[in-house]
Amino acid sequence: MNTSGLNGVMQNAAALCEKSRACLNNFKAWVQLDSTNLTDGQQLAVKYFTVAVILFFAQILFGLLAATQFIYPGFLYEILDFNVNRMIHINAMIVWMLYGFIGCVYWFLEDESGTEIAGLKLGNIAFWVLTGAVTLVVLVYLLVQIGPGKDSSLWFINEGREYIEAPRWADIGIVIVILIFFYNVVATFSKGKWSGIAGVLTLDLVALAGLYVAGMFYMTNITHEQYWWWWVIHLWVEATWEVLVGVIMAWSLMKLLGVRRKIIQTWLYIEVALMFGSGILGLGHHYFWIGTPEYWLTIGGFFSALEPIPLVAMVVHAVYDSGTHNFKNGNHPALAWIIAQAFGNFFGAGVWGFMHTLPQINMYTHGTQWSASHGHLAFFGAYATINIAFFYLAIQHWRGDVWMGGGSQNAWRWKWALGLLNGGVLGMTIALLIAGYEQSFIERAVEGSTWGGYFTAQNHPSFQNAMVWRLFFGGMTFAGFILLVWDLLTIGKGETRKAPVIIES
Amino acid sequence: MNETPLWASESFWKKTAIWVTAGSFLILVVLTMDSLSKTSAGSKRVPAYSVINKKIDYQYNKELHKFMPVIGENEFLFGKEYTEEEALQLVDLGKKTTQAKNCMNCHTLLGNGAYYAPDLTKAWLDKGWISREMREGMMVKFLMDPENNARTFGSNRKMPNLDITEQEAKGIIAFLKWMSSIDTNGFPHNFKTIDAEE
Repeated sequence: MNTSGLNGVMQNAAALCEKSRACLNNFKAWVQLDSTNLTDGQQLAVKYFTVAVILFFAQILFGLLAATQFIYPGFLYEILDFNVNRMIHINAMIVWMLYGFIGCVYWFLEDESGTEIAGLKLGNIAFWVLTGAVTLVVLVYLLVQIGPGKDSSLWFINEGREYIEAPRWADIGIVIVILIFFYNVVATFSKGKWSGIAGVLTLDLVALAGLYVAGMFYMTNITHEQYWWWWVIHLWVEATWEVLVGVIMAWSLMKLLGVRRKIIQTWLYIEVALMFGSGILGLGHHYFWIGTPEYWLTIGGFFSALEPIPLVAMVVHAVYDSGTHNFKNGNHPALAWIIAQAFGNFFGAGVWGFMHTLPQINMYTHGTQWSASHGHLAFFGAYATINIAFFYLAIQHWRGDVWMGGGSQNAWRWKWALGLLNGGVLGMTIALLIAGYEQSFIERAVEGSTWGGYFTAQNHPSFQNAMVWRLFFGGMTFAGFILLVWDLLTIGKGETRKAPVIIES
Repeated sequence: MNETPLWASESFWKKTAIWVTAGSFLILVVLTMDSLSKTSAGSKRVPAYSVINKKIDYQYNKELHKFMPVIGENEFLFGKEYTEEEALQLVDLGKKTTQAKNCMNCHTLLGNGAYYAPDLTKAWLDKGWISREMREGMMVKFLMDPENNARTFGSNRKMPNLDITEQEAKGIIAFLKWMSSIDTNGFPHNFKTIDAEE
């Protein structure tokens, strides 16, 4: 390349940089957010929230691509195959939820501990390292996709294990970043003051980080591999994540409704006891059919049948607290999403999980669209909702604690976003449930799970129609997401009234 | 307000939470040790990798009221008898390839994975391979060039070309054969194998 060509490239790059900077400045001028309203910890939290929303977008986008391939199998064939889209769909989900949770904790850490974050600089570095790593992992998923059957593929491309596909190098990075996060939580509480919420959070994070390590090893024996794989997946989403959400919910209810700390913390302990008491051995419902001994049929069936109980308790908790405070609160969208969380968690994780958890029915539903149906409502109901509720709490504070109660401007936006997102996910859930029923009967019970049986069920009109409806409701979810982002960026803009001060009662 | 009774007090539930969690976790650890020892390769439930030298079938066991793997006489894979070490290496190559090619995000293995393509738990025994004589050849060809040997069963869904080498294909087949011999407590139910009479 000659120097004039190089100069041209440099000039173009400089112009592009300048243009994007101008765009960013225009955007900042448009959103009118004043970061002086935020503490240092909260400024770190909103960085996590921003990436969470971008990944939420990726989750929906790649979900739509995969859903389209069920209807038009030739769509993006050998360009972005189903396995790539599906992998990014579920990975983006796991990661955006984790970003959301970490953001929530950084948000309330200073408030709860009564002091400044111990390692703010370290926390910021960890954020950029994690975000860089996530970007690189996704680029490799998209551009490299697969490798030869060697260890190097598992180290640098993907591990090919559902939900925790991230290559080994990224696993190690994730553990380091989580340890920095953990250090910040413990050091900040130690510097300031401990509380019941702080104690539960700390122990839960120990378990959360420790469990991830269980899924980092390669094994030839698939029974052993899936055994440990479920330790990570199940003990994350059906135990430690639920408790983490309990912690976030507890703090939010104190702030939103002014519920007394003593009541909140007692509830939190009850939930931990019920959640871990049912969820830890409820792990057994994943050990019915992977080669593990028969006693798991009894243990897994029994304890997983108890798993909905803490979720019922959480519904009672949210409804009772809202009722005793006559729904008086300072942030209507946030409270609406918290109520959506209580019910979504109960129906998605509790009812939909219970419906197919006993081995007598799971024999026929295991590995069908039943699981997809349950997965959609449970992840959305239990985890997406609480994060969205927190985004509203954060944006309110960012705008300087403005009014977000009755009579807000453009309140239709958050209401429609709430309706479209919940309606869309519920619609997908029902469509997938119908597909799951059909698959269980035709592929499993009648045809005995042969490849011929599998395709007989896939080609059946009720399955095909269900896939069309799923795509339709996926589109509705996407519309809700767009509206949600628009609302989050504009809500409270130009609002001059202050939010009411909620005091503990 | 009256004094809070013990059962509703914060400290009672704090202790309960700690004991319940610790107790459940301890039971899980004990069960994990037991399960891992009962499912190591070469155990009754999970046969040694050299089982790929044997004929494998899956039949209904009237006494147990469930389908069980049945391991029969010699039936060499690719016409070769593998030592335990060679069998381990071949199955290992196959297992690693299924991960590197991200099979699990279309297929299910032991029922776990994605639902865009058939379950692989008993794929070795599937009637789709027409006869025992044709099976190995068909599987190698299919894995190496799925586009031109597509098995879509009228669905228009085709497996993409994943650049699988011949050695990797043989590894995958050995892995599938070994996996079909695992005692999965009767899952999948009612599966008619390539050897079953109509």
